[in-house]
Amino acid sequence: MNTPDGHWDVFVKGLWKENPVFVAVLGMCPTLAVTNTAINSLAMGAATLFVLFFSSLLVSLLRKVIAKQVRITTYIVIIATFVSLVDMLLAALVPDIHKELGAFIALIVVNCVILGRQEAFAASNRVGPALLDAAGMGVGFSMALLMIGVVRELLGNGSLFDIPVFGSSFEPWIVMILPPGGFFTLGFLLLIFNTVARRRATRSSIVTKA
Amino acid sequence: MAQELLWIFISALLINNFTLAYFLGICPFLGVSNKLDTAMRLGLANIFVMIITALAAWALNTFVLIYAPYLRLISFIIVIASTVQFVEMAIKKWSPELFKALGIFLPLITTNCAILGIALFATNKGYGLIEGIVYALGAGGGMTLALVLMAGIREETRVLDIPDVMKGTALSLIVAGILSMAFMGFAGMFSAA
Repeated sequence: MNTPDGHWDVFVKGLWKENPVFVAVLGMCPTLAVTNTAINSLAMGAATLFVLFFSSLLVSLLRKVIAKQVRITTYIVIIATFVSLVDMLLAALVPDIHKELGAFIALIVVNCVILGRQEAFAASNRVGPALLDAAGMGVGFSMALLMIGVVRELLGNGSLFDIPVFGSSFEPWIVMILPPGGFFTLGFLLLIFNTVARRRATRSSIVTKA
Repeated sequence: MAQELLWIFISALLINNFTLAYFLGICPFLGVSNKLDTAMRLGLANIFVMIITALAAWALNTFVLIYAPYLRLISFIIVIASTVQFVEMAIKKWSPELFKALGIFLPLITTNCAILGIALFATNKGYGLIEGIVYALGAGGGMTLALVLMAGIREETRVLDIPDVMKGTALSLIVAGILSMAFMGFAGMFSAA
């Protein structure tokens, strides 16, 4: 764990090998609910990354103080504090986006990705690795959100970050920015992810056999 | 008044279905929905916890949070979790049969985003006590409906010949998408009337 390589691994595993959305299938509510445009996805990803990062920092610092019996409650209170903070921050800085995300900002509290990382990693590791892990998972989560958001906005609105891409002859697939589009997009992305992961696995097993 | 309550109920049950339109409580929706019987019991436990949550949220909003609105999130989470725990103990003592029927689902549901969701949405919409309870009934019923439908479909897909990469979550999500599309049709039911 102390080699530079080990640190890099801690960060990178959240991006692909243990990606919270595509592999663990955690934190589904924000993943599907607010990804109807790229900009909303980005805001949600950033908010989650912020909460995850600072909760991990605090939990890791306090890991010797928190009694085992009340640890989950403690994590929840820590997470809820940072979520309240992010809620107020967004309301002050970008009121439009805050309005569109609505109650889903508050619902970051029950995002299982965040609680899961506290329990699985931050509670038993020193501050450095805990922060790297949180950053990796947070970036992996944001990346997945952005991918879904880009697909949905492109197909459902013909634009990207509110800039029209396809021109006026494009007939938008309204369904993609509505709830069903969220399910479809994630379903198909998972399909692609599975296919690629499987192909990689077969290739590496051939290499090890040879 | 009665009409308004009916509207709240129908809207939460079908049009703004918690699972299929708001994406709340997706984890049990994808995880537990492979058997009809389990889905049914989870749904019932869900309705039960939601009603308690609506009560707790109303009490907090009226008596405590007018003095400290910034504590809303933290107090919701703590009060809901502990109330459910308390109610679970009470049921265990007074009605072992009901406790057995709800089983492991009761504590699990507490961490479900739909539960916090109902407290937040009811607050945002400014619902009072009765409206809140009706809203909880509708939302819980809607989730049960979605769970049971999904479980029924998944029991059918088990005998189908599906490509390997498609199995599991990917297939569930696409099925959910089609279900969600079907539920969107309910939105037209009222605008037409």
